[in-house]
Amino acid sequence: MTFLSPLLMVGMGVLIAYLTSLNNDEINKIAIHDVKGWLKDELKSTSNVKYNDLSALPLSAAKKEASEGYEGIVYVPAVQNVTELVTKVEYISNDSPNIELVGNIEDAIDNKVTRHNLKELNFDYEKIEKAKADAKIHLSKFSGEETYKEGSILKMIIGGGMGYLIMMFVIIYGNMVMRSVIEEKTNRIIEIIISSVKPFKLMMGKIIGTSLAGILQFIIWCVLGVGLFLALTFIFDVKVGAAANNPEVVQASKEAMDGVQLYISEFFKLPLLTIFISFIIYFIGGYFLYSSFYAAIGAAVDSETDSQQFMLPIILPLMLGVYVGFFSVISEPHGTVATVFSMIPLTSPIVMLMRIPFGVPMWQLALSMAILFATFFGVVWFAAKIYRIGILMYGKKPTYKEMMKWMKY
Amino acid sequence: MEPILEVKNVVKQYGDYTALNNVSLQVPRGSIYGLLGPNGAGKTSLIRIINQITMPDQGEVLLDGEKLNPSHVGHIGYMPEERGLYKSMKVGEQALYLAQLKGLSKKVAKEQLEYWFERLEIKGWWNKKIQELSKGMAQKIQFVVTVLHQPKLLIFDEPFSGFDPVNANLIKDEILALRDKGTTIIFSTHRMESVEEMCDHIALIHQSNKLIEGRLDDVKKQYRSNTFEVGIAPGNIEQFFAHMSLNTQYVSGKANFKTLDDELKLQITLPKGSTSRELLQYLMQHGDVTYFVEKIPSVNDIFIQTVSSKP
Repeated sequence: MTFLSPLLMVGMGVLIAYLTSLNNDEINKIAIHDVKGWLKDELKSTSNVKYNDLSALPLSAAKKEASEGYEGIVYVPAVQNVTELVTKVEYISNDSPNIELVGNIEDAIDNKVTRHNLKELNFDYEKIEKAKADAKIHLSKFSGEETYKEGSILKMIIGGGMGYLIMMFVIIYGNMVMRSVIEEKTNRIIEIIISSVKPFKLMMGKIIGTSLAGILQFIIWCVLGVGLFLALTFIFDVKVGAAANNPEVVQASKEAMDGVQLYISEFFKLPLLTIFISFIIYFIGGYFLYSSFYAAIGAAVDSETDSQQFMLPIILPLMLGVYVGFFSVISEPHGTVATVFSMIPLTSPIVMLMRIPFGVPMWQLALSMAILFATFFGVVWFAAKIYRIGILMYGKKPTYKEMMKWMKY
Repeated sequence: MEPILEVKNVVKQYGDYTALNNVSLQVPRGSIYGLLGPNGAGKTSLIRIINQITMPDQGEVLLDGEKLNPSHVGHIGYMPEERGLYKSMKVGEQALYLAQLKGLSKKVAKEQLEYWFERLEIKGWWNKKIQELSKGMAQKIQFVVTVLHQPKLLIFDEPFSGFDPVNANLIKDEILALRDKGTTIIFSTHRMESVEEMCDHIALIHQSNKLIEGRLDDVKKQYRSNTFEVGIAPGNIEQFFAHMSLNTQYVSGKANFKTLDDELKLQITLPKGSTSRELLQYLMQHGDVTYFVEKIPSVNDIFIQTVSSKP
């Protein structure tokens, strides 16, 4: 599964892209009835939309033909004043209106009428177009280093990706720990094992073991990901080489390469070492924290079905972390909400990792990690007590109150 | 010789419930020690404390004179009442793992395993998964896993449950063989026949207290009721009974034992002060005595008697 998953995900992505392009290849046939030819210049056929002029037919006949053989018909009434077009144009279709199409038609009308109005007011449309500015402000840091919008996008993607990854890993591997504990309880081997090994060691062994499995899987994915990435760039290069003669392709691919190169250079500008190390540290801290909970739950119940009632309180903080991450961190990485949640140990692994690409002061990072590990020790101690008693308790479904009693045994 | 295991004034409580109330026992070296008691008496709690699965609230346990500590884990073998193994793991692999947990090296564990597999005639099972075995087979594996690391002290909780008569006998023989090699064995059971057959010492725990402890023979002597089962052919039965009630203090009742003939079978209780010799002499005066055996209290009787007398 480790090797299959990234391939499956890439495969899914390719499939979706392919299906989308298939969709885009469909040609929509639209009929036009525009006796005065008001919108003749504006409604031009494109690769996706083919406009067919049925103005020669009387309106009723045109409508009939449109309803049978076309997606719909654009009826431009023969108005005297072009400005009337703003409210008088109709699009008739049996299907619900295609948003893009309607937008295009409305844009066409806007263009036509605006040009006319400006001409009436003696404004030269061409000159006005030229006067329009297209601002591109120069971005840079205080250090003088140039920054790009693409950088921010990249940070969002990486931060979001890491946060999501951690949540997934915690849930998948935490579940493994829980299921292992329950299995040992149900097949009764637990009593033999704890006559040889202290329950605390057994619990920690499980947690550490599965965390190493998780890290190994992550490394394999990274290696596969980098491999795929390199393979893609190679293919890309090859394509460019073959079509090198066509100047349009050269230009387009050059722009794309610039874009890709921009992303790559922005990628390397990120505090990569900090990101990588922080990922490992937060993964370990967050994973240990949550899997202690999972181990305690496994010890308290007798079967997986009983565990369901305890799962929700565990998953909630994780999901909260992801939501806070996506909504608050992206818009305000250093705001109060983001900072606070990057300190709370239950959500910090996710939220802090999302903040790191945007640059987090060292002291905040250190503080957050310290809080996480301190809490982790507390939770492990607490979970170990429940684990120790729970693994030999069979029968009643324990309530939180019961488990509190176990703490004193 | 000091006992191999000493339990000293152990108290164990779970919240308000006292599982063990000041329990003390001594298990002599090389003995087969029966730990008896009704369900819920506290036996399993005590066994878990000896195995260091739980800790006593008060009191201590000494193994070979030393306070129990983690290094003793390799000297004790434990087969719990409710026992199981990893279902989808292979037999050989699993046994090796459990032996290594007890401190054996892989090499030694393998040798021992092969020895036991040979001895119990289960050689072909090394690569089978536990779920492929029948219950009896799995129980054999359970036994092997318990004794593999050659511990000084073996603790069995209901060892015979789940075994058919043939395999139960096999295990019994193995336990005796282990005892002969010097291992001390504690076993907790409700099967009184096994206790009669195998144990030389017993202890009875009831409602968190230890009520009886000692050599089995000594305990039986304590409970002897000085009753004799007598088979006599007295000529005239009514005359005999009349004579007995008038002239002696002997209390008689009907007895149930098997002989080849059809003589009078009685259970006679000696009053205080008289001896069996006097009874025999009396009986011989009145007829042929075909059967004269002291009724020895069975462990079953002792158990029931002790447990029902306490409120």
